[in-house]
Amino acid sequence: MRRISSAWLIAILAILLPVIVLYSMTVGTVSISMAEAFSAAVDRLFSSTDSIGQTQVILFDIRLPRILLALLVGAILASTGAVMQGLFRNPLADPSLIGVSGGASVGASLMIVLASGAVESGLLMGLSLVALGAFFGGFAATILVYRLATSGIGTSVTTMLLAGIAIGALAGALNSLLSYFADNDMLRQISLWQMGNLSAANWAKVWIMALVSLLLLVSFPRDSRALNALLLGESEARHLGIDVQRVKRRLIVLTALGVGVSVALAGMVGFVGLVIPHVIRLLIGPDHRWLIPGSAMAGAILLVVADSLARVVVLPAELPTGILTALLGAPFFIALLLQQRREV
Amino acid sequence: MTLRAENISLHLSGFDLLRNVSVQVEAGEVTAIVGPNGAGKSSLLRVLTGELAPTKGAVSFNQRDLNDWPVEQRAQMLAVLPQHSLLNFPFTAHEVVALGRIPHQTGTLKDAEIIDQALQLVDAEYLQKRFYTQMSGGEKQRVQLARVLAQVWLPCKEGEQILVLDEPTAAFDLAHQQLTLEIVRQLAEKGVGVVMVLHDLNLAARCADKLVVFDGGLVAAQGTPEEVLTEQLIDQVFGVKAMISRHPLTNKPLVIT
Repeated sequence: MRRISSAWLIAILAILLPVIVLYSMTVGTVSISMAEAFSAAVDRLFSSTDSIGQTQVILFDIRLPRILLALLVGAILASTGAVMQGLFRNPLADPSLIGVSGGASVGASLMIVLASGAVESGLLMGLSLVALGAFFGGFAATILVYRLATSGIGTSVTTMLLAGIAIGALAGALNSLLSYFADNDMLRQISLWQMGNLSAANWAKVWIMALVSLLLLVSFPRDSRALNALLLGESEARHLGIDVQRVKRRLIVLTALGVGVSVALAGMVGFVGLVIPHVIRLLIGPDHRWLIPGSAMAGAILLVVADSLARVVVLPAELPTGILTALLGAPFFIALLLQQRREV
Repeated sequence: MTLRAENISLHLSGFDLLRNVSVQVEAGEVTAIVGPNGAGKSSLLRVLTGELAPTKGAVSFNQRDLNDWPVEQRAQMLAVLPQHSLLNFPFTAHEVVALGRIPHQTGTLKDAEIIDQALQLVDAEYLQKRFYTQMSGGEKQRVQLARVLAQVWLPCKEGEQILVLDEPTAAFDLAHQQLTLEIVRQLAEKGVGVVMVLHDLNLAARCADKLVVFDGGLVAAQGTPEEVLTEQLIDQVFGVKAMISRHPLTNKPLVIT
């Protein structure tokens, strides 16, 4: 398959992203035209704060934080996916392989079952107990997987993949066990959480996610050449002057942090981390200097589009976003695979 | 004494892979390591490149312990071509060779020039835009060779440079075997020390300044090809009755089996 120029792709995505964000502002249960949105924005910026109308509340307290959260979560899931695929030298790897998602879902389910009364009250700047449970569950699972795979001579990528699968299976079993003991209401909460949902977005969540995203997207470029070298194999990367163990540890911790916070704030949004980097790699090749930013932008676009659709397809209700990312992304991915098969 | 292993022993999961091995690789010389399968050739390379720590003994490189060099500086002086490559991502040939310039800060323009020349040298410039994953075994290995050549393309201020090759000619046809050995000789003339594992004794005799013969984790003999290659040694190490003659053109030893 022929490649397109990386600079072109990045430029196209950079133009597309703000357009899609703006359009997404107008989409929802209450439809607001572009002109209304614009005048509301002008009002918000230049007039006194006491004249806040319903349109403004919908736009700036409900939709904008939700869109920004979708954008950031999509960017983080896709860029960490690209990093994990490079680190594991496996185009089928995704962040869930290191145990983050499995651990996070156990943590979340545990919180839903144990503290069902307190869950809905909302604590700690809008971060619910479920989010905290998910974050610590994800982080603990990653550290466990990492420890299992690390011996005196370094971290074995193969052992880490296997340990990730084992911890994932264990997490699945614990999850089923918790679901078994849960009552109907908890069960519905657990399954809704696992489908991924951005409807509970607020500005506090956006700020937390923004800080984490900033940290990750500033750190990743530093290691993109190291990731390129790692595709040759670990000892080859070492012979190219890469401190492999250090790079690995840094990238795993950053990924666990990014995915842990994403899952905590937005639930399980599958597919983005696996497929977006794959698609971008098919388009521009495996050079991580372009692959990581390209994936971040494409992931942001996919999640914003999926979330906009989630708000309107079953009006007046909403679909969980995770269902739509897969529904949108899978056919596109299959089309790309078919095209690649024809050309090889 | 650019790269020097002194009294190396390597004991790994119950096996003595190397026993009291001392080897020196000089800058500007080609050293070939030969020996039967499982004799310890690759183990020695892995010790010499710092991939495995010896159980006993030490490796020194440019007057310092090999492990005392910061990884990045070491990579400017020591390039390693493995026998097999794991790369299964669709880099182009140009991108693969560019990886060899990672340890250096010479700038994109200079790097691009070096990459083009390295690809040309290994007869792979026609592969430049092709994907690594779609190349034949020999083409892949040539691109990898260009990558390590690019890594030691320019002399390094920190010390002498060494290129380590593990069976570089295994995947090559006759013409590319010859080409590889020519490149290796040119490199040695530029002052780079080359150490490589070879299976073909005649290729080794033609190209190397020094031969190291391994047998059962021990050095069975080392010296110039003329000194080392005797009928008795070949019988003792390989268990093969052979005749030693002289190559009519190069006058190097020729092993006839």
